[in-house]
Amino acid sequence: MNLLTLTIKEARRALQSKEFSAVELVRAYIDRIQTHDSKLGAFLTVDESGALSQAKRADAQIAKGITKKLLGIPVACKDLYSTRAVRTTAGAKIIDTYKPPYNATVVDRYLEAGAILMGKTNEDAWGHGSSGENSDYFPTRNPYDTTHVPGGSSSGSAVAVAAGFSLVGTGTDTGSSIRLPASFCNIVGMKPTYGRVPRYGVISMASSFDTIGHMTRTVYDNALVYEVTAGADPRDATTPQVPVPMYTESLGKSLKGLRAGIPKEYFRSNGIDKGVREVTMTAIGKLESLGMRVEEISLPHTEYAMACYYVLVPSEISSNLSRYDGVRFGATRDTFGAEAKRRIMLGTHALSAGYYDAFYHKAAKVRTLIKQDFEKALEKVDVILAPVSPTPPFKLGEKVNDPLAMYLSDIFVCPVNIAGVPALSVPCGFAGILPIGLQIIGKQFGEQLLYQVASAYENETEWYKKPAIL
Amino acid sequence: MTVIMKAKKALTATDVRKIAKLANLVISDSEEKIFTPQLSATLDYVNQLEKADTEHVEATAHVTGLENVFREDVIEPTLSQSEALSNAPQTYNGYIVVKAIFEETE
Amino acid sequence: MTYEPVIGMEIHVELKTKSKMFCGCPAKHFAKEPNTQTCPVCLGLPGALPVPNKKSIEWTIKLGLALGCEIPLFSKFDRKNYFYPDLPKGYQISQYDQPFCVNGSLSGVRIRRVHLEEDTGKLQHTTLDGKRVTLVDFNRSGVPLVEIVTEPDIRSPEQAKEFLKKLYQIIRYLDISDADMEKGSMRLEPNISVRPTGTKALPNYKVEVKNINSFNFVKKAIEFEVDRHIKLLESGETPVQETRGWNEGKGVTVSQRRKEEADDYRYFPEPDIPPARWDSSQIIGIKLQIPELPDQKAARFKKEYQLNDYDTALLTDTKQLADYFEECVKINKIPAKKLVNWIINKKVDIDDVLPATLVKSIIAATAVVAIPDEDLEKTVQTVIAENPKAVEDYKKGKQQAMMFLFGAVLKQLKGAGDKNLIRELLEVKIKS
Repeated sequence: MNLLTLTIKEARRALQSKEFSAVELVRAYIDRIQTHDSKLGAFLTVDESGALSQAKRADAQIAKGITKKLLGIPVACKDLYSTRAVRTTAGAKIIDTYKPPYNATVVDRYLEAGAILMGKTNEDAWGHGSSGENSDYFPTRNPYDTTHVPGGSSSGSAVAVAAGFSLVGTGTDTGSSIRLPASFCNIVGMKPTYGRVPRYGVISMASSFDTIGHMTRTVYDNALVYEVTAGADPRDATTPQVPVPMYTESLGKSLKGLRAGIPKEYFRSNGIDKGVREVTMTAIGKLESLGMRVEEISLPHTEYAMACYYVLVPSEISSNLSRYDGVRFGATRDTFGAEAKRRIMLGTHALSAGYYDAFYHKAAKVRTLIKQDFEKALEKVDVILAPVSPTPPFKLGEKVNDPLAMYLSDIFVCPVNIAGVPALSVPCGFAGILPIGLQIIGKQFGEQLLYQVASAYENETEWYKKPAIL
Repeated sequence: MTVIMKAKKALTATDVRKIAKLANLVISDSEEKIFTPQLSATLDYVNQLEKADTEHVEATAHVTGLENVFREDVIEPTLSQSEALSNAPQTYNGYIVVKAIFEETE
Repeated sequence: MTYEPVIGMEIHVELKTKSKMFCGCPAKHFAKEPNTQTCPVCLGLPGALPVPNKKSIEWTIKLGLALGCEIPLFSKFDRKNYFYPDLPKGYQISQYDQPFCVNGSLSGVRIRRVHLEEDTGKLQHTTLDGKRVTLVDFNRSGVPLVEIVTEPDIRSPEQAKEFLKKLYQIIRYLDISDADMEKGSMRLEPNISVRPTGTKALPNYKVEVKNINSFNFVKKAIEFEVDRHIKLLESGETPVQETRGWNEGKGVTVSQRRKEEADDYRYFPEPDIPPARWDSSQIIGIKLQIPELPDQKAARFKKEYQLNDYDTALLTDTKQLADYFEECVKINKIPAKKLVNWIINKKVDIDDVLPATLVKSIIAATAVVAIPDEDLEKTVQTVIAENPKAVEDYKKGKQQAMMFLFGAVLKQLKGAGDKNLIRELLEVKIKS
């Protein structure tokens, strides 16, 4: 087995036909993590014994002829996901030794589907970051070029998939945190519709923006995992009762007659790197050749999106991080890292007396306008196409001292979270050796269409077959 | 108007201290020196919201459109005392122990 | 110069739902082992999310309706942010600008709002290994808590007490809380100021008094504060705006903390809980669940059973007692007044004695116990034979002697027998 190119689809077939066992698969992954992860920093905790015992159970079930969607499939969990009795740090040292007494709903869904929890992955602490450098532990590095960032905040999970440490990397996306690392690491990342996957047990960053998604090597793998994770949860009041379709069934359908919109505000922005622009335009051309009708659309309030985001998100963060007081768990508040402190203070200020109207309340109104931009645009077109990042993966250290510049690199991704719509990042080429992703944005609960478009594109281009060489 | 004027003003080190206190954070002198210009720059950037025309626009707090999501009044299993206390830095006789909170009446 | 008190009330009431406000832990927390009724939600563990208890919202609206409030068709929860070790999330889920109930009134006092929030954990102060520490128990964390806020319409300590008693009675009638002040399930916080009689403007300060666990103490605390304020004002000072605590032992209020600056709770809409929107039929549905309230019931009792104010007030004090009375009435048409005398004067334990049992014993006790005529006659004969002196006295016209003989017969018969018949027989036998 070649773990660098293995997909869930292939692994399931091989496990069923006994080409290898789940225990062998897990052992191979653990070996590979032990050999290579010191260079990359993808994992904070590897649960070797837990993974092996789950693998044994999976093998027993396979032997009995039991089939489950993810039976024997290794999953690497972002460290924001609560895992019972397995250390969960959020990438933040303030809860360095915290072991939750419960599983997140989505963790239970993975386990019920037969998946094997390999361990917990590194991330920008609390999800605060776009590069992976804000981990309180160590930065994660891009397997395509270890001097570059892998994108964040779900940095460790993206690298785990790209570097062949796991078949699934779970993530959260509050502004960019799945799509950016997926695009920087040449894998497929799904940022779900807000509320599609339950947040219960996943450590909150900004509650009205957080979405619970995942990264895989291929579109098929991604759709299959989504069939497991999506669906309402009685423990999360923000999950609508919308039936979960069989996402894998939408794959392979023709794109003829589908309409795609290109937001003029995004492409007129001066900030887009030349290489990114070229690769993105080529990808759009490819989709046109597959039958899509591409037209220019407008998202007129784009200029306010980042300001809106950096008022509302820190406001919610400041409140969500108040529970870390060292009473029931964890250390005292002086243990927070610099970025957490910055965001807590920004949000505290935006909510405080005398500033609430000018900041929080004003931004909440602008949020309405941005949401309406997407709704209106998606009445005209089926999907919106855009780059994920205006630049290819940047160098470690390049932006760490300029938080505002780091924030603004998320200009094409954050608006999607403001609106609560789904978006998929799919590999669309390289700038030199550095991967670039294409973002496909859809209507609320319209993920099927995103998979359909991405899989048609992937079939033609197969960028995922260019793995990182370690 | 006065609110907007206030928001526009750059943050001072004193403001940063005050915000930190409200947020229950202790920041060092060196942090204060770094954070003051960084937070000022970000606030300066977000101030552009002022230009957006939001007359007759309702604020959005939720994007799902959901309303009236409730649970029935049913008892569910609790954590055991040892589970509840398992992560607490200090416990005593089933209680969590914290630094003395000043007893206000006498 | 004369002064008039200006008093508003804030009352917190724990609802007696089965489960907590936002999770399935038991809400009944009194005298339980510490930290045995918690879960990730009410412990504020990372990642846990609140889902509101439907019953607690219905009960809050029920209370609002009983207090004559308007029920806005749109409402929501907000986060109130502050730090304290008994507040696990660092914010309390409460309601800020759009509470469930607004603009009611009770006994002439306007009710500004009735809203729903979650209770905090409990703190205990002690010494461990020579160090002062605080112990925290989260069993109470997340118990549904209703807050009732009045306008500053109360003008005397007595009025405050009467208002609170009426509110307490209504809460008990609705059966939504034990409202047990000793156990802290009803907490009273008057805010007090005084102004020169005849002025209309609200004073520029107010003093909030906490930790009061009885209606009488509220009255006493207000009396104490009003005196204190008047003395300060007369010496040219303005009382400090602050929170004080009632010390029952010394009969004084004690300064707890001075608010250097206004609290800044940074309220914002709770992002984890979608808002509530009612249609009027839902509100009507809740209204229909409201039982007859004390004042209506009293009016009806007076009319229907011809009772005086005093008896009516006693009977309608609790819904249980009033219901008990009407149960008895239904069983047998005993005169209402007689029933009241039994229930109230003989202090019937209504939890112990079934209405049917009570009715039976009233009938038994007041009915004449029949004695065979010949037994009666025999006893009369015996008494006459045994008391020749009294018989002689009576014949001489001493009425007192008849009383004595009558008493002697009753004593032998142990109170049974028709009294008129006994008197008649005595007269006949003596004369014959």
